[in-house]
Amino acid sequence: MELRSTLGRVRGLGSAKDGAHHWWAQRTTAVALVPLSLWFVASVIALVGANHATAVAWFRSPINATLMVLLIVATFYHAALGLQVVLEDYVHHEGQKVAGILAVKGLAALLGLLAAIAVLKLAFGG
Amino acid sequence: MAQFTLPANSKVTPGKSFPPPAAAKRAKTFKIYRWDPEAKATPRLDSYAIDLEACGPMVLDALIKIKNEVDTTLTFRRSCREGICGSCAMNIDGTNTLACLKPIDEIKGDARIYPLPHLPVIKDLVPDCTVPYAQLASVTPWLQTESSPPPDRERLQSTAERAKLDGLWECVLCFCCQTSCPSYWWNGERYLGPAILLQAYRWLADSRDERTGERLDALEDPFRLYRCHTIMNCTKTCPKSLNPAKAIAEIKKMMVARR
Repeated sequence: MELRSTLGRVRGLGSAKDGAHHWWAQRTTAVALVPLSLWFVASVIALVGANHATAVAWFRSPINATLMVLLIVATFYHAALGLQVVLEDYVHHEGQKVAGILAVKGLAALLGLLAAIAVLKLAFGG
Repeated sequence: MAQFTLPANSKVTPGKSFPPPAAAKRAKTFKIYRWDPEAKATPRLDSYAIDLEACGPMVLDALIKIKNEVDTTLTFRRSCREGICGSCAMNIDGTNTLACLKPIDEIKGDARIYPLPHLPVIKDLVPDCTVPYAQLASVTPWLQTESSPPPDRERLQSTAERAKLDGLWECVLCFCCQTSCPSYWWNGERYLGPAILLQAYRWLADSRDERTGERLDALEDPFRLYRCHTIMNCTKTCPKSLNPAKAIAEIKKMMVARR
């Protein structure tokens, strides 16, 4: 039985005084992804039919490697922020929610780092 | 996890049917959600056919006619019948609106009338608004100042400062927007919802208020404010043509501006 007042219930544990950073990061990564995605798609189209050596040479260009790493960071950061919001919206079991958000962030860090290191390995001629 | 099957009391069964009067010139059927907490039965949809030639133009006129002439047990809230009190908010023809501002002529076919979605139902078309009222109180919707007012007059506001409150003060707290928001459906106790955030912004935008920072502190929360995903149902459904989504966007801009 719950006899707590409704006002007490909706005030709950108070404001987290957090959330603006998450929101702003989501918007800024979204804006960054517009030119980066267009550049990436154009580059992939330009590389159609190219052999392995040409592709490796493309990754060796400092500009291409830098933009690729930026694209990877923005993509995985944006994806992790977005999936976190989806989980917060729909998962109402506290334990499942925390586990889900940790899994999403861990997976984003793992895949993002893997992709970035693969690009750097090509760029530095490993 | 999200619940995909409806609880028993959300399954609506067909109910009683009241035929049109014999001399009806222009019959219209109103299918109305009925639930009596004392009947220990699941909700039903009763059909009332009435003659529009002997009825006022608005849905509220039809409801009052049904209650007066056909079925006195039909329960709903109403008061001003002119869109100022916000009492007769309900879901009409699939959209939350005020019954007194909704012309019957705008509804094609049978008129389906349900209570506001996702609030507990007290009886028939009467929802329990306890949580939204408490949420309104939680944003302290009144003027808060540190400096004392001028001794000989009220606190002054320029015409331009006053103009910032237009589109905010007109809200009648009918909760049509609040209960149309899917984000409010999923997280109704933690997300403040469009109606309450519009009221919160009404005080953030008030040039006379001196606790803007504290108000923003209280709102900056992943759930209280940032559950708004600009779905825009609130603005689409508002029977007073206000724009809660814009008010929420202004709050988000203030959050970034003070960083």
